[in-house]
Amino acid sequence: MSAPEPNEIALERPAVAGPASAPVAKPEGRFWTGRNIAIGAGVIVALTAPLVAHNFIIFQLTLVMIYGLAILGLNLLTGFNGQFSLGHGAFYGIGAYTAAILMSQNVDYYWTLPCAGALCFVVGFLFGLPALRLQGIYLALATFALATAMPQILKFEPLEPWTGGVQGIPLLKPDPPPGVPLNPDQWLYYFTLAVLLIMLAGAASLVKSRTGRAIMAIRDHPIAAVAMGIDASLYKTLTFGVSALYTGVAGALGAIVIQFVGPDSFPFLLSVSFLVGLVVGGVGSIPGSLVGGVFVLFVPNLAEQVSTGLSGAIYGVILLIVIFVMPSGAAGLVRLAAARLPFARKIRAARSS
Amino acid sequence: MKQITRRSILAAAPATLALAAIPARAAKNYGPGVTDTEIKIGNTGPYSGPASSYGTIAKSEAAYFRLVNDQGGVNGRKINFISYDDAYSPPKTVEQVRKLVEEDNVLLVMSPLGTPTNSAIWHYMNQKKVPQLFVATGATKWNDPKHYPWTMGWQPNYQGEGHAYAAYILQNKPDGKIALLYQNDDFGKDYLKGVTDGLGDKAKMIVLAAPYETTDPTVDSQIISMKAAGADVFVNTGIPKFAAQAIRKAAEIEWKPLHILASVGNSVGATLKPAGLQNAKDIVSDFYIKDPTDPQWQNDPGYLQWVAFMDKYYPAGDKTDGGNVVGPCFCQTLVQVMKQCGDDLTRENIMKQAANLHHFRVPMLLPSIEINTSPTDFAPIKQIQMARFDGQRWQLFGPVINGQAPA
Amino acid sequence: MEQLLQQVLAGLATGAIYATMALAVVMIYQAIDHLNFAQGEMAMFSTFLAWQIMQWGVPYWGAFAAAVALSFVGGVAIERVLFRPIHNAPILSQLVAFIALFSILNSSAGEIWDFTIKTFPTPFGTRPFLGSSLISTHQAGMIGVTLAMLGLLYLFFRGSRLGLAMRAAAANPESARLVGIRVGWMIALGWGMSAAIGAVAGMLIAPVVFLEPNMMLGVLLYGFAGAVLGGLSSPGGAVFGGFAVGVIENLAGTFIPYIGREMKLTIALVVIVAVLMVRPAGIFGRVVVSRV
Repeated sequence: MSAPEPNEIALERPAVAGPASAPVAKPEGRFWTGRNIAIGAGVIVALTAPLVAHNFIIFQLTLVMIYGLAILGLNLLTGFNGQFSLGHGAFYGIGAYTAAILMSQNVDYYWTLPCAGALCFVVGFLFGLPALRLQGIYLALATFALATAMPQILKFEPLEPWTGGVQGIPLLKPDPPPGVPLNPDQWLYYFTLAVLLIMLAGAASLVKSRTGRAIMAIRDHPIAAVAMGIDASLYKTLTFGVSALYTGVAGALGAIVIQFVGPDSFPFLLSVSFLVGLVVGGVGSIPGSLVGGVFVLFVPNLAEQVSTGLSGAIYGVILLIVIFVMPSGAAGLVRLAAARLPFARKIRAARSS
Repeated sequence: MKQITRRSILAAAPATLALAAIPARAAKNYGPGVTDTEIKIGNTGPYSGPASSYGTIAKSEAAYFRLVNDQGGVNGRKINFISYDDAYSPPKTVEQVRKLVEEDNVLLVMSPLGTPTNSAIWHYMNQKKVPQLFVATGATKWNDPKHYPWTMGWQPNYQGEGHAYAAYILQNKPDGKIALLYQNDDFGKDYLKGVTDGLGDKAKMIVLAAPYETTDPTVDSQIISMKAAGADVFVNTGIPKFAAQAIRKAAEIEWKPLHILASVGNSVGATLKPAGLQNAKDIVSDFYIKDPTDPQWQNDPGYLQWVAFMDKYYPAGDKTDGGNVVGPCFCQTLVQVMKQCGDDLTRENIMKQAANLHHFRVPMLLPSIEINTSPTDFAPIKQIQMARFDGQRWQLFGPVINGQAPA
Repeated sequence: MEQLLQQVLAGLATGAIYATMALAVVMIYQAIDHLNFAQGEMAMFSTFLAWQIMQWGVPYWGAFAAAVALSFVGGVAIERVLFRPIHNAPILSQLVAFIALFSILNSSAGEIWDFTIKTFPTPFGTRPFLGSSLISTHQAGMIGVTLAMLGLLYLFFRGSRLGLAMRAAAANPESARLVGIRVGWMIALGWGMSAAIGAVAGMLIAPVVFLEPNMMLGVLLYGFAGAVLGGLSSPGGAVFGGFAVGVIENLAGTFIPYIGREMKLTIALVVIVAVLMVRPAGIFGRVVVSRV
């Protein structure tokens, strides 16, 4: 097999893409799989954390969920569909500004999410159309252009009455609904958690469905997929739209939680962070996106504690270590561990017999 | 201000003098982060990321507080200076400031850097009633005690400087054609607004207002356009790198306008030397701080004190970087505020004393410039003085100008 | 009309900066099929090394040669130590490794050398070139050196055995191994050459933009754009692309009314993407047809 050609990139082959691409039929009656236990434990922790933690920690956890959701959006496009995007910061920014502009027009915060999602879907879909002609590096450049242009567009003077120009737009933190005994931070946490769970479920079911298999087929064997009758153009642009929708909703949530949007909040570095989170969590892994969110929020803080002057260098070193130790991300590591651990082997042996 | 207790008033005269000098009996009132021996002060700055050149301000502040602590602290309390990196990213600033206020329980946040970053925490600080003191940006909006009583600026605001430039142009070249170079963000646009407003109905003197982005490699194209537009006045509000490029390019293409340089880019060492000292001759700029690279301050006591401080506490710091001058100035102003608070170290009293600075000077301010605040005036430094570069040093001239933009 | 000419010339002068960067980018792309996001930072670091060596008293050409040599060795070392162990990792993971390298170099340079701008000397002087005050001798020299490097690379790849071996290793590693080419070392060599070219680029660019740790951020962006515009499989195309980006950006900024000035960068990128729509492999890129 020859080396990848200049105008295409080879992404992971199915073997490394995660359970979603090779669904294993669950044996009858096995509800308490390791995976389900882990998910259950996670949900319990997620539900109770805000009741015991400080407001600041709750705030950070909310941000983790938001970044995880944004990375999930990127994952749908790059991990599951093989289209390379260096520009998801732009969709995040569009979602954030949508929320900010609507809220400054006195729209309630929960309506801003579907609006942000819908707008980003349209923008993503429209961007996906010309993107059909671009492969690999060239698509990367086009998305990179989008991400780099975004701050300039946001500062653009004729748009100032809406965008607030270089000054940005401040937002008010929403209060919990009357009668709910939570403080605003806790309420936002649960609100974000609810949105996240809904969208996670959506992504999981999308991936397991026929559409999902088509999307992944396009990633793995584009020509064979088309030969089998899959409308690659339609699926690719739809995926772009859905991916943008996810990241846009995350952006809207982000705006509400941070209570401020400005052109400097969405630089190209943000898109890079999403990419880093995607890889660290595991390309093509839905739960991996949340790991990515944790990494993106906490590791820079960690690097800063080691050395403020060299925080960038420490961050880079940590990244390198992560790549060396788990080249397929956290999800890849979990898969490897699951494959090697003795009890997992027994379960697989029992299943296949 | 010392608390005047009943005891000191009722005591006999000699005893009054003795007692008035002892603050110990004054009411001790502590806000968060204060104990008998310590005051916690928070700060954020860009230690990493594209604006990391300004990270040195916070580093110089940390160094200066070490000096203060070595000299016994303020009223016997050591300063615990907690500074976090926000990489000039507003969402990160929000996170770090929340950490400072909610987890570290600082008494106040001092000189957070940047306009977008401060904009992001503006409402939060005022909601939570935490002093956002001496923000390290010259945006005009920080002087609004009526709506934002917990936020105060420090340096002359950019629009005010712009007004001063406009006034200078109207005085010296009333029929000129003006070109303006500005950074395409809040800081640059504030200058542009200041100049435009200052010109009033003569604003059409501006023939070309050319923006640049910090990712632009050079501003050569903008300078060429300015010469082509026939401009004979040039207001250069670029940060050192771009200001220097502009000065050099103007000389290269033999364009000699009346050249006004903004204070942000007028350091001899950081801007004029790289641009070529002979190219910078006759440039006019405004000052409120002594330029440490200007030969005229070599024997000035304030400067020597500063050099001694840098040598001992921040030897790795760049002595040609104005940021390392401004940091200690912020600290000295804060120390004064805390001294005035005495033992009443609540957040309310901090703001009260910050709004109560009269004719206060720090050593590295120009001799003619003072810090003044009041409950309706949250702009500590309003004055600037113009100077002309003679090829070697900046020669101050003219009166002290009130650099405050009319509200 | 005169302004048009002036802006075109200025665009070519800035474009020369992008072109040298684009050349380094394409060089490494040819060797390893990946875009090196840390290219700019490597060039910046090399330039700082040269500056430091000059601060220690070594004259310009000595420092220049030392920086180029050190960069070559550094590039090889980075490849052997950092990228060889992960060359089987998914492509996105390798991308993140580039990002990590970027972060490390940028942060270290800032810590070691500070952020105040420094002047960097030029061997070409800065007098007006051929009497025109629009292009200085340095900028003309920069264009000349870029074209010369391009020529040398062309000769190397087309006319030397080593160059042929490198091309073979990049095009078809398995077959190359079968004929005895040490593919691993070819890749390392590619890295070394790219780092060396980057060092030259940095040392040419620094006199114009001033030396500071963030000086390459914008340049790399434009360099990529130029390389992609010209076609990543064509070094000549990349150089052309770099010049083109410089000129397009200047003309857009000057002549498109109202929005041009504020949206220079956006317009340049839009133009590039538009070109890619029509020619998806870049203007001079070779479209590779793969049989299924």
